[in-house]
Amino acid sequence: MRLQYSTNIRIVEMTCTGNIDHRVILGAFEEGADGVFVAGCMEGDCHFLKGNIRARKRVNAVKKLLDEIGVGGDRLEMYNLSSAQGARFAEIANEMTARIKELGPNPLKEAGISNNLKGGDVT
Amino acid sequence: MNYLSKLHQTLDSGKFAVTAEIGPPKHSSAEGIMHHCDMLKNHVDATNITDCQTAIVRMSSIAAGVHIKKGGIEPIIQMTCRDRNRIAMQSDLMGAYSLGMRNVLCLAGDHQRFGNHPGSKNVYDIDSMQLIYLLRQMRDEKKFFSGEEIKEHQPEFYIGAVANPFADPFEFRVDRLEKKVEAGAQFIQTQCIFDMERFERFMELVRERGIDQRVHILAGVTPLKSWRAAQYIQTGVAGMMVPDSLIERLKNAEDPKKEGVNICVEDIKHIKENIKGVHGVHIMAIAWEEVVPEIVERTGLFPRPV
Amino acid sequence: MIIAQQKPIQEIAEMIAEYKKVAFIGCAGCVTVCLSGGEKETEILATAMRIKRKLEGNPLETVTHTATRQCDPEYVEALEDVIKDVDAVVSLACGVGVQYLAERFDNWIVPALNTNFAGGSREHGVWEENCGMCGNCILDKTGGICPIVRCSKSILNGPCGGSQNGKCEIDKEVDCAWQLIYERMKKMGKLEKLMEIEPPKDWSTSRDGGPRKSVREDVMIG
Repeated sequence: MRLQYSTNIRIVEMTCTGNIDHRVILGAFEEGADGVFVAGCMEGDCHFLKGNIRARKRVNAVKKLLDEIGVGGDRLEMYNLSSAQGARFAEIANEMTARIKELGPNPLKEAGISNNLKGGDVT
Repeated sequence: MNYLSKLHQTLDSGKFAVTAEIGPPKHSSAEGIMHHCDMLKNHVDATNITDCQTAIVRMSSIAAGVHIKKGGIEPIIQMTCRDRNRIAMQSDLMGAYSLGMRNVLCLAGDHQRFGNHPGSKNVYDIDSMQLIYLLRQMRDEKKFFSGEEIKEHQPEFYIGAVANPFADPFEFRVDRLEKKVEAGAQFIQTQCIFDMERFERFMELVRERGIDQRVHILAGVTPLKSWRAAQYIQTGVAGMMVPDSLIERLKNAEDPKKEGVNICVEDIKHIKENIKGVHGVHIMAIAWEEVVPEIVERTGLFPRPV
Repeated sequence: MIIAQQKPIQEIAEMIAEYKKVAFIGCAGCVTVCLSGGEKETEILATAMRIKRKLEGNPLETVTHTATRQCDPEYVEALEDVIKDVDAVVSLACGVGVQYLAERFDNWIVPALNTNFAGGSREHGVWEENCGMCGNCILDKTGGICPIVRCSKSILNGPCGGSQNGKCEIDKEVDCAWQLIYERMKKMGKLEKLMEIEPPKDWSTSRDGGPRKSVREDVMIG
């Protein structure tokens, strides 16, 4: 089965959405991502029982933070689908792409992306 | 026997006492309370003067008490532990005594969260139990709260306290009342009684322990104006109980205000005739002071004794 | 432990609005355990601030570091290298840590957290105040439940008339400490202890006595 979905999606694989850290998502935006969607397993189907449920809570917290810092929480979304739902994945990818196109590019790009201002950890 | 106040004399001579309540205004004119004072003066033995009740800033209880006294009613100064530390309390108590105040009601006070200054800091340096105890110590042992001797002119108040039969844990309420009597409370005013059955159970326990022989209990009653008021108290006020039947009765009444007064009159008669150990009523006609004379007259408590 | 909570982003942003290079200093003590000022929270806050500032056209350079403890001069001293060339420091420690930094360094030091209370963890993500730090423990008299801080009126001879169905008058979600004390004393067969009138508390050992100091001469060096 070959399905078409937007080519502008870059997939970052994780062992479980339960592994998602606020920093990973924020980092993606800081590096210039226009939008991020977190694709977790169906609720109730998590191999680690509650990984996807916890991920959703974290995603919601980051959405709030994105609103507060001016990036906009709408650029981040969590979806639940199983690995067998290829068509659903394509649909979500297209849906999210459409949403982000509507929102326009990551406002940080307009502000000029440059990572050299990031001091990083000194320890 | 020297009586500390007229209320003391009334109660100790075995007469059924009637007290009411006057809430000081949210401004600095005494005109309103003087009006209430005129209305009540022939019908009550004394009136409580609330101390920023529900934590809303109002004229000071002591200042309002001075006005009321001039107007011809013996005041019962309420003093909460919420707003004063032990220094301010003693200072105010001595000042109040010098101004002719003779009765003090000790209470914890509603939490400031309910009032118009929810961001204020509460004090609760001492609690109501300790206030009772310390007031007695001031009077009987001539000592400040710290234990230091009061050389002369110690305030000699008739000490009152409150009891709430409708708060929990129910079985400890009688214990706590007894504790207050041990501490030095001489008269007790109860929270508004709407659930008569529970109040009767409470009084049964009080009598079993003989507490009614050691303290004068005044049953708190409140005439209700509407079923909405009753429902609000039932659901919105902690430590109060209103049976559904009461709400229904007000709801079905042709004239709810009249019915509210009828209920209050019935309750007082019931308490006076059937509940042993109760030595008076405390009528809390909240924002409805003008109805008190009618209630007193209809319950056969008029004219007042002494 | 000390329970703290991060201040709103906007409030922190305003504190450092005029500075270009800012160090975000976390603390590996209590605030790491209560998830408000550890390494992770420090990095999230620094990243969020960088993004926010860039969007505002006022880019921010950040340095992040998490000290072992900010309430100990030994670890504060070690921050010198991290802090030396920044314009300001955001401390993600409790109020103690913020003050230790301000005492040691001449940089502008601001707090990222509100220090809430001394408490413990009830479940993951829920912390509750349990100790009023009054300096004169009375838990032996109250069955191990503190009325100083768990009763909204700090009543020592409770419960007051606002206790109903086991809850406090201030909120139906708040347990009445005196109901808990009553139940505990009943269970332990010690109800008669509650009949004793607890005398007024000497608050001079609490905050009311001024800043407190605790000294153990036997462990002092030198």
